[in-house]
Formats: sequence, structure tokens, C-alpha cells
Amino acid sequence: MTPLMEVHDFAVGFGSAQPVKGVSFDVTAGEMLAIVGESGSGKSLTALGLIGLLPSHARKTGSIRLAGRDLSDLSERQWRSIRGREIGMIFQEPMTSLNPVLTVGEQIVEVLRIHDKIDRRSARKRAIELLDLVNIPEAGRRIDDYPHQLSGGMRQRVMIAIGVACNPKLLIADEATTALDVTIQAQILQLLDNLRLNLNMAVILITHDLGIVAQWADRVMVMYAGRKVEEGLPQPVFEHPYHPYTRGLLAASPRAEVGQHYRDGPLLEIPGSIVSSLHEKGCAFRPRCPDARASCGQAVPPIKLISDGRYAACPLVPSQFGRVSHDALVGA
Amino acid sequence: MTLLSVHNLSTQYSAGRGTVRAVDDVSLEIETGETVALVGESGCGKSSLGKSLMRLVEPTSGQVTFKGSDVTAMSARELRGLRQRIQMIFQDPFASLNPRQTVRAILTAPLKVHGIGDGKRRREIVEKIAEQVGLPPDSLDRYPHEFSGGQRQRIGIARALILEPELVVCDEPVSALDLSIQAQILNLLVEMKQRLSLSYLFVSHDLSVVRYFSDRVLVMYLGKIVESAPTAALWASPAHPYTRALLAAVPDPAKRKHAAPISGDLPSPHNPPSGCRFHTRCPLATDLCRAEAPRYRSFGENHTVACHYAQ
Ligand SMILES: Nc1ncnc2c1ncn2[C@@H]1O[C@H](COP(=O)(O)OP(=O)(O)O)[C@@H](O)[C@H]1O
Ligand code: SF4
Ligand code: SF4
Ligand SMILES: [Mg+2]
Repeated sequence: MTPLMEVHDFAVGFGSAQPVKGVSFDVTAGEMLAIVGESGSGKSLTALGLIGLLPSHARKTGSIRLAGRDLSDLSERQWRSIRGREIGMIFQEPMTSLNPVLTVGEQIVEVLRIHDKIDRRSARKRAIELLDLVNIPEAGRRIDDYPHQLSGGMRQRVMIAIGVACNPKLLIADEATTALDVTIQAQILQLLDNLRLNLNMAVILITHDLGIVAQWADRVMVMYAGRKVEEGLPQPVFEHPYHPYTRGLLAASPRAEVGQHYRDGPLLEIPGSIVSSLHEKGCAFRPRCPDARASCGQAVPPIKLISDGRYAACPLVPSQFGRVSHDALVGA
Repeated sequence: MTLLSVHNLSTQYSAGRGTVRAVDDVSLEIETGETVALVGESGCGKSSLGKSLMRLVEPTSGQVTFKGSDVTAMSARELRGLRQRIQMIFQDPFASLNPRQTVRAILTAPLKVHGIGDGKRRREIVEKIAEQVGLPPDSLDRYPHEFSGGQRQRIGIARALILEPELVVCDEPVSALDLSIQAQILNLLVEMKQRLSLSYLFVSHDLSVVRYFSDRVLVMYLGKIVESAPTAALWASPAHPYTRALLAAVPDPAKRKHAAPISGDLPSPHNPPSGCRFHTRCPLATDLCRAEAPRYRSFGENHTVACHYAQ
């Protein structure tokens, strides 16, 4: 079966900067793929590239195929027929993506009428169905509310309703639950999961919350400084991370379930912060990597298939890190 | 020894047609050397409570006592002295750092305001705190925008600690940071706590961080503290239905795709529900809950809960 989306060697540059340096991955129909990584690692730019929303001065290379169709060189006009209809998107702050002077209903109707020849009455009816679908209580009344009349969680539901209005095959959610509280976040994630199962829609979930990934994603891809550095099924990746960056992230997260407490000792740190330079010769993680050695500075380590479905971009995998468990790392 | 105690504190904001009781009849104590976490959904009143303690916003009623002195009765001059001993660290240090001042000027300002040292002494103090919070020596003559989020938070911490306060209110200090940076900042806060014998009130909505970082937890819902317990006890036996829902909502790698623990939204603080404020979302709610606000009951050592049916 061909994947729904195939991204090959996708890169984005601005002037002399190269924030996305060539990432390749597939998205299977109906799956939930999580992308995690530091801010500035290129997650959002990759996502924007997938829906043709990169700023016009961005340089992009590589290819993106959706259901076999090459999207690399589409015009803005062509993108408009794909965005919303075949690929939907929701962002972190619904307030900035919703129009404050239009009611929720008007905004959904607008989206429906861009893509489908439907009259206002049926569009409004469909909009109420959509609000219902995303579990907004009293949808028939809420449809005439303005965004500011809704809570953060409700606004994010409205964004999801707009995102799925035209039954896209792929929905991209960029930090869509980050600004929400845990109880509301759990509701939204459950909603996304139900929707993708019911609508057979793939979801790319961009997040920095490893718990969310472990709990909801089918597959996870870890990015660092514009590259994919690890990929696999969530459980194996988190139980047995390969790449030193992934290992560091897990070790640096406080672990409530084992009762980790500051009086017992400090958290493991990843020293420094992300540095991404155009003229790097070696591994971008090298300045922060506890395992770095001279050879790491010679060439950018390629991402390699390590075992079934597991990829990592570090030459020390798996010979050095093959059998170290996460528990051993955090001393639990 | 009790460092700070708060009795029946309320803070209201007038908003449009009505008022919002952001903090509603809250009582709490912070012991010397303790880290107390304040958790709850956004908008539940955590930051308002933090600011009311040092009268950055004026409480409407109630009493705050810091080391035996009544903060609520302090004159402007006394308040200035108090703000040397209680400091605040914010989520977004950038918003609170003057972009046109160098880090050196930012850190020197509080020393000047409080008349500490001469030029030479101030330079020494600034250089020492910068080193302690892990800012490289050349940072002092740079501007806030030249720093990453983690480094900016180090500047915010240096500024808060330069006067050697006794209590620091940390308002979501790591929420905006990447995971790899979060651990650095949490470790720094622990190190500084030990070095300067600080006590913290740590406002956060991240329960994994709270589990690690605090000695005691206050759970807040719509302006009220609904449960207070030592950290380990709260995780071992959460008693309030809201606390249970919060803990159950934390994404947990071991629980694939479990259902959201509670439905519904945080009700509008303009018009909070009658009786127990959690009744609109509580799976155990009864008529009693809708009619009558629950009192605090003791649930174990240092563990109190406001729920008619806590068990
Ligand atoms: N329009 C733009 N012009 C120039 N640089 C940009 C632009 N958008 C993003 N960048 C830079 O690209 C890098 C990656 O950004 P982004 O894709 O937003 O990362 P993430 O989503 O992982 O936080 C950052 O260093 C950011 O400053
Ligand atoms: S290649 Fe070297 S520096 Fe990079 S992650 Fe592997 S060990 Fe560390
Ligand atoms: S008092 Fe009633 S409504 Fe409130 S938390 Fe307890 S059981 Fe639920
Ligand atoms: Mg981003």
C-alpha cells in the first residue's frame, strides 16, 4: 500500500539559514504520527511546508507527495484547493487563527463554501453538525457566538471543526493542546483520536509533551536542529531510546510515576541549548551530547534503519546504546 | 517556623458589568524552607493569589502575615521593604525585562532602588549572582533579546534573587521552556534554594513538575483551595474529585488512550456555580453539593479537603 503522504529530503531555508535540513518520512492513511523536538528544531516549518503555507521568501527543496500526487511545485491557487479539503490544520492559539469579528458559524460556512458548491442554508446545517461532532454542547445556539465568547477549549474545538469540515485525509495539529489545561487537553486529544478513527483521517501531532506522544501516537519522529534523529513506535522509543538526544529528553523529564523528588537529587540535564549552523560538519547535537567523540565532528550522521521500524541518526546506535534501558539511565 | 500565613484572603476584579472573585476566601501557610506548589487550571486564580500575597494586586479582604508583620496593613514604605524579602519570577521573563537595558543595568536596578552598596560593591554583587545562575561573564553587557528562552529565565532568576529574598513566588517559571532547558532551570532553582535558604510558592499547571519540585501542594479550583496535602500524600491518596481528575488527566506513557477523566469546561468565574463550585463537573455531585459549599475537613496529617464526600 502506498502511504498517504511521502516526504522526501524536504528542506527549508531563509537567506543563509537552513532551519529544515532534509527530512524524509511517510504518513500512513488514518495513523497518528507525532513529531517531537525542541522549539526551533523545524517542526512547525516542516508542517507549514506540508500545506503550502511557507512564507514566499522561503527556499524549499525536496518532494512532498499526497496520495501519489506531487505537491512540490504547486501554485498558490492549486494549494488553495488542497488546503482545507485534503489537508487540514489547527494551531496552538485558536484566537489568532479565528476571525474575531465573525461568528463561529460564519467562519465554518465560509470554509465549506470555498470548497463545495453548497447553499448557505445547507452550509449552516452542516456547520451545526460539525460543532456537534466536536462535542460542543448546544451547537445550534453556540454557532452564533463570537470567538471571544468561548473558552480556550471550546475555541480549539471550533478550530478542529473547521479543520475537518471538508473531510481532509490529513490533519496537522501544531501544539494544538499546549495552551490548554490537562483536563481539557485530555478531552481534545480524545476527540482527535475519535475523529481520525471515524473519518479515517491521518493526524500529524506536533508536540513537545512526551506523555501525550506515548499515550496517543501510533508512531513518533524526533527532530533536532532541522533533522530527524529518531523514529519508531512510541513504546519502544520511550522504553529504549536510541539517540542521545531522545535519551537526554527522557532522562530530563521529571518522573511522577516513580515519585522522583528534588530532595533526592537533581534532574539529569542536557547541557547548553540548540545550536543550528549552516556550516556544521558533524552531528548538530555534538556540543550537548554526553557521548560525543572526535569522529562525531567529521560528518553529519545519516538516519539509518536500526531494526524493524526503528531509525536513529547516530553511529553509536546500536553498538553502544543497544541494551541500555531508560531506567538504568535515570537510576530508577 | 511559619514564614507566610494567609487568612481568608479574597481578591476581586471588577470586570464589565460584574465582579470576578479571582481569589475567594483562601487561607494557607508557608513554612520556612518549604516549597509549596499551587496547581489548577488556567484562569482559576493562581497568579492573582501569588500577586495578592505581596500586594502587587490589592486583596479585597483578608489578612496576609509575613514573619509576624501584617502585610495588609503596611504603608507604601514598608511594602518596599517587604518586596526586598518576597520576590517574583515570571513565566515569560522577556515581557518583564526592559529590552533597552543591558543585563548589568537590569540586575543593578534593584540594588539601587534599595540603596544597597556603592558602585563597586554593586558590581561585585551583580557579577556574583550572574555566575551563580550560570550566565556567562560576557552576558552582562548584552541585551535580553540576545538570549535564548532558558538564558532569559536565568536573568529573571538573577534579578529576583539579587536582593537575597526569603520567599520567592515562581509563576509558571518553566512552562514556556523546552524540556531539555526545563530541567536546567528546575535544578538551578533547587540549588539557589539551598544556597540562599529560600522558600518557594511555585505556581504551575504541570503536575509532573509539581511532583518533583514541591514539598506540599495546594489545589485550586475557581478561586478556592479545594485540597492541601504533602506532595507524596497527594499522589498516594488524592481525596478531592477534582484533584483525582487532574492527576488522572496527566498523560501517562503507561496508559494508552484512556478516556478523559472529566468532561465539561471550567465555568465562568463571573458566575461561579452555587454550593460546591466543582459540582457542574463532578461525577459524585448531589443536591447537597449544589446547595451548600463544603467545609474543610482534615484528611490526614497536614491534609485538608473541601468536599462533602471526600473519602
Ligand atoms: N519566516 C521566517 N523567517 C526566518 N526564519 C524563520 C522563519 N520562520 C521560522 N524561522 C526560524 O526557523 C527555525 C525553526 O522554526 P520552527 O519551524 O518554528 O521550529 P519549531 O516548530 O520546531 O519550533 C527557528 O530558528 C526560527 O527562528
Ligand atoms: S553522533 Fe556523536 S554527537 Fe551525535 S548523537 Fe551520536 S554520539 Fe552524540
Ligand atoms: S462537594 Fe460534591 S460536587 Fe463538590 S467535589 Fe465533593 S462530591 Fe463533588
Ligand atoms: Mg513550533
